[in-house]
Amino acid sequence: MSKVPYEVYTEDVEALSVLSPDGEVINKDKMPTLTDDQLKEIMYRMVFTRTWDDRAVNLGRQGRLGFYAPVSGQEATMIGSEFALEKEDFVCPGYRDIPQLVWHGLPLYQAFLYSRGHQHGGQIPDGVNVLMPQIIIGAQILHATGIAMGFKLKKQKSVAITYTGDGGSSEGDFYEGLNFAGRFKLPVIFFVQNNGYAITTPFAKQTAAKSIAHKAIAAGIPGVKVDGMDIFAVIRAVQEAAERGRNGEGATLIEAVTYRFRPHSLSDDASKYRSKEEEGQWNEKDPIARLAKYLEKKGLWTEEDTLRVREEAKATVNEQIKKAEQTEKMTISGLIDTMFEVTPKHLEEQKADFE
Amino acid sequence: MAQMNMKEAIRDAMRVELNRDPNVLIFGEDVGNVGGVFRVTEGLQKDFGEDRVFDTPLAESAIGGLAVGLGVQGFRPIAEIQFIGFIFEALDQIVIQAARLRWRSGGKYNAPIVFRTPFGGGVKAAELHTDSLEGLIAQSPGIKVVIPSNPYDAKGLLIASIRDNDPVFFMEHLNLYHAFRAEVPEGEYTVELGKANVVREGSDVTIVTYGLMVHTAVKAAEQLEKEGIQVEVIDLRTVSPIDIDTVMESVKKTNRVIVLQEAQKSAGVAAEVIAQINEKGILHLEAPVLRIAGPDTVYPYAQIEDTWLPNPARIIAGVKKVLDF
Repeated sequence: MSKVPYEVYTEDVEALSVLSPDGEVINKDKMPTLTDDQLKEIMYRMVFTRTWDDRAVNLGRQGRLGFYAPVSGQEATMIGSEFALEKEDFVCPGYRDIPQLVWHGLPLYQAFLYSRGHQHGGQIPDGVNVLMPQIIIGAQILHATGIAMGFKLKKQKSVAITYTGDGGSSEGDFYEGLNFAGRFKLPVIFFVQNNGYAITTPFAKQTAAKSIAHKAIAAGIPGVKVDGMDIFAVIRAVQEAAERGRNGEGATLIEAVTYRFRPHSLSDDASKYRSKEEEGQWNEKDPIARLAKYLEKKGLWTEEDTLRVREEAKATVNEQIKKAEQTEKMTISGLIDTMFEVTPKHLEEQKADFE
Repeated sequence: MAQMNMKEAIRDAMRVELNRDPNVLIFGEDVGNVGGVFRVTEGLQKDFGEDRVFDTPLAESAIGGLAVGLGVQGFRPIAEIQFIGFIFEALDQIVIQAARLRWRSGGKYNAPIVFRTPFGGGVKAAELHTDSLEGLIAQSPGIKVVIPSNPYDAKGLLIASIRDNDPVFFMEHLNLYHAFRAEVPEGEYTVELGKANVVREGSDVTIVTYGLMVHTAVKAAEQLEKEGIQVEVIDLRTVSPIDIDTVMESVKKTNRVIVLQEAQKSAGVAAEVIAQINEKGILHLEAPVLRIAGPDTVYPYAQIEDTWLPNPARIIAGVKKVLDF
């Protein structure tokens, strides 16, 4: 009797790569079209974000920030994916994806307020198309799917992008979101930053799948893998996915392989689950150093530029954290009034307990 | 005025709102083509098209999350969860995402969503089709819980829920869908959320209840009247928030109260009603407030559900206990 021809996808997907670690464009066909000013802007944002991350870790240690998930190492995935979007596109972040919110328009002091546990951190300004950081892993994937359906129903040629990590790709909401988006052909980009660890659990213990990009197959949507330390590969993949979305061709899953240089959060110790050798190997792939090499060869960037941006970022962070610290404290009464459009009587009465 | 059963009244409410507001959408499992497993949305897809009334893949969390995303985009989703027990799959999206959206965004976003779901015992259904989970949702800040007991209220409450700018969990008792017909006005009208209804006046004992139990209470009250006992029956209609003012007016009159619910006894709506009576005016009471409810077990299989559910005999015994205190 012959066996049923079971098939297991044992081959990994080849990751899209455009910029080599020594700053050479190795895949001209896939090089995104970027002006010199845009290239400098991308570099500016990456250096700025790295500096802010450095400062945020210190501010956290000083007790001036609350929960903070460091981003160093993931600048190419975060800044590149956001850079490829239009202002009208909608960003649905996970908890670490603060840089995408800020570069999409959320004032930095509000990001700091969010970290400090102040509700104003989530009061997204008008015209900034983002949701607040999501704590439940994967819940935002479904919101992006709904927002994308909204674009489709309104016949607006915009896309929603949602972020999660390698751990998030194991959640039920991840599969449900991909399946809905496939079924309704929705303009949504599922962007998975595979940084190798779900807090402490390595990717090898997360799934038997060879890649997260493979997971698109079951939902009937395209899945691609990109080198997440290569900002040009990231921008290219997101541009193509956004283009598909705008053209009514539906959703795309992007897996970007990256690494967080720091621990999961300020209360995590990465040495418990990662080796120094591994961290060293990834440091060699630093997305900022890689882009700097490319830009220096083109005469668009110098070490002085990096120092200048760092100083500028430090000054901005100082000013924005002060603004956050000077923001009036929340009140129970104010909190109560944000539960419903019209505060019900029983809840109104509860204010008296705090007066 | 048209005669409708509760199912038809609920459908009529959705039809009125689909006509009135192009942002109203209906979706869920099997709600489009055939109009849902109970045919509550029958005919709506045909009349309003597949963009506005549609079947989703089978995934409750995604139904909830889709509603949240569409709400952010300015739509007013009516998301059907096919059976009450399936809300556990969507609980995060209902009580963590939809119910917290206004709070989380400091008022920038809101979730004008109605989660409709059938529930309630006495219909010999499979496990997890009949549980009374209103207490679970009522404990969550940021969402209202509405349970109609008759066709008129069902239509008015549902229209009010659809127009509400915050999420509403709208529970439809299976045993009321076809139970009886009543006059239901054509076109639009609303029944205010958070307002209870005195369905039967009486001076001796107050029964506070909702859903199917309103009818069970009235049956018991009719029997007690033959013995000269006058029972007032209050239909909460909205179990979160509770209209404690209407309850207290009655308490001040009768001084004796029973809270009747189909749900398990502990930590539910009845407990909350009693706590609020306690806070608002314990000195008006001549007797402890009694709870008549299901026991704290899993909802039983069909064979013994009629014994499990509160019935007029248990209510009558309870009323006498409260009167004899």
